[in-house]
Amino acid sequence: MSGELEIIEAPDKVYSDDFVRDVFYIAINSGKILLENGAETYRIEDTMARIASSYGIENAQVFVTPTVIIFSMNDYALTQTVRIEERANNLEKVAGINNLSRRISEGLPLKRAINQLETIHEARMFPFWLVILSGGVIGVMFLYLFEGVFVDLPAAFIGGAGGVLILEGILRYTKLKFFIEFFAALFIGIVGIVYVEYGPGQMLDTIVIASVMPLVPGVLITNAIREMLRGHLLAGIVKGAEAALTAIAIGAGVGLVFMLS
Amino acid sequence: MIYVYQLIASFFASAGFGILFNAPRRALISCGVNGALGWLVFYLFREGGTDPVLASYAGAILLTAMALFNSRRMKMPVIIFITCGIIPLVPGGTAYEAMRHVVMDQYMEAQGFAFEAALVSGAIALGIISTEMADSVIQSIKKKFNEKEA
Repeated sequence: MSGELEIIEAPDKVYSDDFVRDVFYIAINSGKILLENGAETYRIEDTMARIASSYGIENAQVFVTPTVIIFSMNDYALTQTVRIEERANNLEKVAGINNLSRRISEGLPLKRAINQLETIHEARMFPFWLVILSGGVIGVMFLYLFEGVFVDLPAAFIGGAGGVLILEGILRYTKLKFFIEFFAALFIGIVGIVYVEYGPGQMLDTIVIASVMPLVPGVLITNAIREMLRGHLLAGIVKGAEAALTAIAIGAGVGLVFMLS
Repeated sequence: MIYVYQLIASFFASAGFGILFNAPRRALISCGVNGALGWLVFYLFREGGTDPVLASYAGAILLTAMALFNSRRMKMPVIIFITCGIIPLVPGGTAYEAMRHVVMDQYMEAQGFAFEAALVSGAIALGIISTEMADSVIQSIKKKFNEKEA
């Protein structure tokens, strides 16, 4: 053996079992909430390690992929694996964990940190009608940005709002991700064709592109590349594949309508 | 006047996505402003004849700088402002076009759109990361200066 083997030193201070378990609980649940709500991989790893080291526990190892978190406190022989089934974008919860982690590094006591963590699950959501409405508004705004004509405005609004309604509505009953997007795109295609064929509509393509904007995985593609550039190749590939499948589902939904008409 | 309309449209598009992604309420307006400014830079560059890849890169640089500024000011993670702000730039429409042509058996057109989507999103990602890197360099230089003074 050459002398290059790194020797992991024993911790300076030994904490009680309960204390370590509580810190472990906070760190791994923070990571889980971050991953389920759309944070980047490097931020999750950073936050979890930082929470552990704020409470004086060094040498914590984190491994995060889009579907699993493996977290170890090596000095205490503690390891857990958490499987993540669903991912969505809920930035309120990401902000909540960020706030918690900052307060912990400023010295928040353990018990109060656990209390605060448990309130993050009850993050405020926007009312359902507002979400649907903003889907419609997004459609209309993109119709303008993509140089559409004014006559097509109602179709873009109905398509955008209806697409989001179908997406969010079905998501409450089943989790079949790509099929939901397929049906939402199908609806948008039908709205566009009906409006152009039997109504005053003019530019079918622009209507459809504008109203699928709330569904398309643009942010996902960009995040996939960002993960890769930061060296998280696995996360980048998984997100890229998810984005490609979503785009195929939407393309298939609209394409089916175009072929049948 | 057209610039004002463009700003308004991209503002509401980004803020609308803020609602879809359940962004914190007090961040919504900054999200919209971020998106609008990023889009304005993109629009100006494209009007001037730059190709969309370079224009997206420029837009992403400005909006990330704004996002970093907002995240320090409001003490919120920078991802909130970036996710909502890149919405108008992101090539979702192009990716959809690519897939629609694939579904309709028009593979040659599909290729063009797919490459454009990949390049544009690569440019946006690069814009975000290069601003973040510049920011971390500036922050560490600031820190060193402060240590010297102390």
